[in-house]
Amino acid sequence: MTRVFAPDGDEIPVSVIEAGPCVVVRRKTIEKDGYEALQVGYGERRKNLFNKPEAGVFAKSGLEPRRYLREIRGDNTVEIGQEIKADIFKPGERVDVTGISRGLGFQGAMKRHHFAGAQITHGQSDRARAVGSIGSSSYPSRVYKGMRAAGKMGKDRVTVLNLEVIQVIDSENLILVRGAVPGKKGTLLKIRQTNRRK
Amino acid sequence: MKRINQVEKGFFRDKVPEFSSGDTVKVHVKIKEGDKERVQVFQGTVIGRKGSGTGETFTVRKMSYGVGIERIFPLHSPNIDKITRVRQGKVRRAKLYYLRDLTGKSARIQEKLDEALAQQADDQPQEKTEE
Repeated sequence: MTRVFAPDGDEIPVSVIEAGPCVVVRRKTIEKDGYEALQVGYGERRKNLFNKPEAGVFAKSGLEPRRYLREIRGDNTVEIGQEIKADIFKPGERVDVTGISRGLGFQGAMKRHHFAGAQITHGQSDRARAVGSIGSSSYPSRVYKGMRAAGKMGKDRVTVLNLEVIQVIDSENLILVRGAVPGKKGTLLKIRQTNRRK
Repeated sequence: MKRINQVEKGFFRDKVPEFSSGDTVKVHVKIKEGDKERVQVFQGTVIGRKGSGTGETFTVRKMSYGVGIERIFPLHSPNIDKITRVRQGKVRRAKLYYLRDLTGKSARIQEKLDEALAQQADDQPQEKTEE
């Protein structure tokens, strides 16, 4: 993330996203596949690293193989081979951004589930970040299923809703979005127009 | 990372004046009052510069009626009309937080003379073109 200035001097925290150029590789139709979707390729990769099935998908539509292949669902009228670039977004629009969040490894219940932790004072020692009680007494004599506890945190599919597009730089295929987006630098993201009301 | 830097560059001020900790500067701040805009000058000693890119800030300290005032300015903010160096100071550290505990004579900063002279010759024609 970085920050940019609005003309009136306001500072806006933004994430810089490279949005495209993506290329439409395949169109899925109701007749053939049971649902409507677009398969979209993005990014570069050395040609000899693609295996035959991967390269074949692209060869079928006569395109250069791309590093990533993702599906975007929904009714569509976009031609195969057509490029999708950052210019489909306009400043002021609201978007949802989906991605894989940063993996944080094994984390305790305080960080992972916002548990309160225990007292530091009143004669306690080494208990400040413990989970505390995880159930009742002789009834039910067991821990309920689904009890939240310490464990692997992050690396989840996360969608951040209703982010404002601040600026679109067509020549660089960059869009600046107000606020944070999931994942660390270089994470693959999916951006869609939001369905939230303003 | 490179691309972020590129984006940031577009928001930098055209001419970043050269100044560092210990210098006395005049900061011309644009102030909006209703629909009117005027420029206020804040003069003081730079006690530190912090951050990088569009987020770079600098702290200016001055004594006003016996009370120490510190203001932190974003270096590239469009609300700052211009920054001019009044006097170059000779200091040995980047952050002059020790000035907060000092008043009067001990809070003075020695002027950096040799370079200041050379700078003055450079600065003066530039200032004329600005105004």
